[in-house]
Amino acid sequence: MIEFRSVSKTFADGTRAVDDFTLTIPARKITVLVGSSGSGKTTVLRMINRMVDPTSGHILIDGNDIAEIEPVPLRRSIGYVMQNSGLLPHRRVVDNIATVPRLTGASKAEAHARALELMDVVGLDRSLAERYPSQLSGGQQQRVGVARGLAADPNILLMDEPFSAVDPIVRDELQQEVLRIQAELAKTIVFVSHDIDEAFRLGDQVVVLERGGQIVQQGEPSEILANPATDFVASFIGADRGKRRLTVSASAATRGDDRLVIDAGGYPVGVIAAPDGLLAVADATPKTRSISNKSDQAGDA
Amino acid sequence: MDWGWIGRNLDQMWSQALEHAALSTLPIVIGFLISVPLGYWASRSTAARSILFVLGNIVYTIPAIALIVFVPVTLGLAVLDPRNLVVALTLYAIALMVRAASDAFAAVPHDVTGSATAVGFSGIQRFFAVDLPLAGPVLLAGVRVVSVSTVSLVSVGALTGIDNLGMLFTDAFRNDNFPEAVAGIVAVLIIAAVFDIVLSLIGRLLMPWNRRSPSRVLRPTVAI
Repeated sequence: MIEFRSVSKTFADGTRAVDDFTLTIPARKITVLVGSSGSGKTTVLRMINRMVDPTSGHILIDGNDIAEIEPVPLRRSIGYVMQNSGLLPHRRVVDNIATVPRLTGASKAEAHARALELMDVVGLDRSLAERYPSQLSGGQQQRVGVARGLAADPNILLMDEPFSAVDPIVRDELQQEVLRIQAELAKTIVFVSHDIDEAFRLGDQVVVLERGGQIVQQGEPSEILANPATDFVASFIGADRGKRRLTVSASAATRGDDRLVIDAGGYPVGVIAAPDGLLAVADATPKTRSISNKSDQAGDA
Repeated sequence: MDWGWIGRNLDQMWSQALEHAALSTLPIVIGFLISVPLGYWASRSTAARSILFVLGNIVYTIPAIALIVFVPVTLGLAVLDPRNLVVALTLYAIALMVRAASDAFAAVPHDVTGSATAVGFSGIQRFFAVDLPLAGPVLLAGVRVVSVSTVSLVSVGALTGIDNLGMLFTDAFRNDNFPEAVAGIVAVLIIAAVFDIVLSLIGRLLMPWNRRSPSRVLRPTVAI
C-alpha cells in the first residue's frame, strides 16, 4: 500500500505541480492516474521512487516514510517502465532486462537466466535476447521495458505512460498483456495515462487529476462512468459529447441477433446481441473477462 | 635529385618514426583522460563550460613553437627535454577535446539517463555504465581529430631539436634535399593514417552496438 499524505511539490522555477495531494493506493491492484498534461500525474508517480522529492507532506510505502529510505536502494526495489521504453541502447535485450538484478549483485549467469524467464512472461521470443533495442519494434521494446521493470520481482511497478507512443493495435495487445501478467503476479501497479479508455480498461481504481494534482474523482471505472463527479470529468471521459451514452440503432441493417449500437452523436461504436429482441445482459465485473494467454505477437513487428 | 637518399636512410627514418609515434601517443592518451572528466563537467555546468571553452580557445591560439619554448621555462625542464613537447601537445589536445567531450555527454539522450537513474543506477555507476559508453561515438570522433592534429604537430618539435620525423623537414631545408622532405611528409601521413585506423578499430571493439554495417543489423521479421 502506498499512501500520499498532504503532499505538495513546488519546482525550482516556482511551478506548483502538486498541491496538498492525499491518496491511498491499494496493494496488488492497478491504480491509474489519469489527466491531461500539467495535471501533475507524472510528478506524483515520480515521487514514489524519489525521482522527485516532495516539498512538503509524506509518502509511505507499507507504513514506512520513504523520505527515510536512500533513493538508490528504493529505486532498485521498485519496477519502473516509461514511455519510449528508456532501454539502454548499448546493451543487448538480455542485459537490459538483467539491469537491476546485476546492480543488486546477482551473478551474470543468474541474472541472464532470470531475464530469459521474464522474456517468456512478457511474451517475447527468446531468440531476441542477443539483439540491441534499436533492432526491435516499438511494441517489442515496451515488452522489454516491462520485463526489466519486473526483473527484481518488485512489489510495486510504476508505469509512466508506457504505451502512448505505440500504434493502437500494439497498444491494445500490450494492455492485454499487462492484465494477463497482473492476473498472474498481482503487483501494486501505479499507471499514469492521459488516455481515459486505457485508464478504464486497466484500472481497478481510476484517479482523475486536474491541474496541480487535484483529485476530481476516484473510484472504479464503472462508478466514474455512471456518475461523473464534475463537468470536468464528464468532459474528460467524453460523456458531455454523448460519447458514453449509447443507444441501439433503429435503422441500421444487422446480421443475425446483433444490433448496431450508436452514441448520442449517431456514430457507430459497436454491436450488441439481442436474441429474440431482448438485449444481452452480463455481470459488469471487468476482471471476469477472459484474457488470452500468450497472445500472438504478429502485430508487434 | 637524389631519390636514392630515401633507401639509404630507411633505418634512421624507422627509428624517427617510432619516436614520432611515441611522442604522439602520450599527448593523445593523456589529453583524452583529462578531457573526459572536464568535458563531463562542462556538459553539466554552464559556468564550467564557458570557463573551459575560453581557456581552450586561448591555449589553441598560442603558436606551437612559442608553447614548446614556454613550457620548459614554466616547468623548469631542460630546453631539449622531449617532455616539453608532450606537455605542450597535451594542452592542445585538451583544448580540442574538452569541447568534443562536452558535446558528446550533452548528446546522451535524457530519457535514457533518466530511466537509468529511475531503475537504480547510482551517480558513479551511471557515469561508467551509461553516460560514458553512450558518449563514446562522439568522443571517438573527437579523439580522431586530436590524433591527426597531434601527429602533425609533433613535427614542430624538431625545430627545438627533439628527434622525430620533423627532423626530415629541417634537414631537407638545410641541405636542399627535396626527396627527404617528401619522405617526411609520406611518413607522417602514414603514421596519422595508422593511428586513425587503430582508433576506429578500438571504437568498433568497444562499441559493438554502434556498428553500421547492414549485415549486422537484424531486422525484426514483419508478419504480413
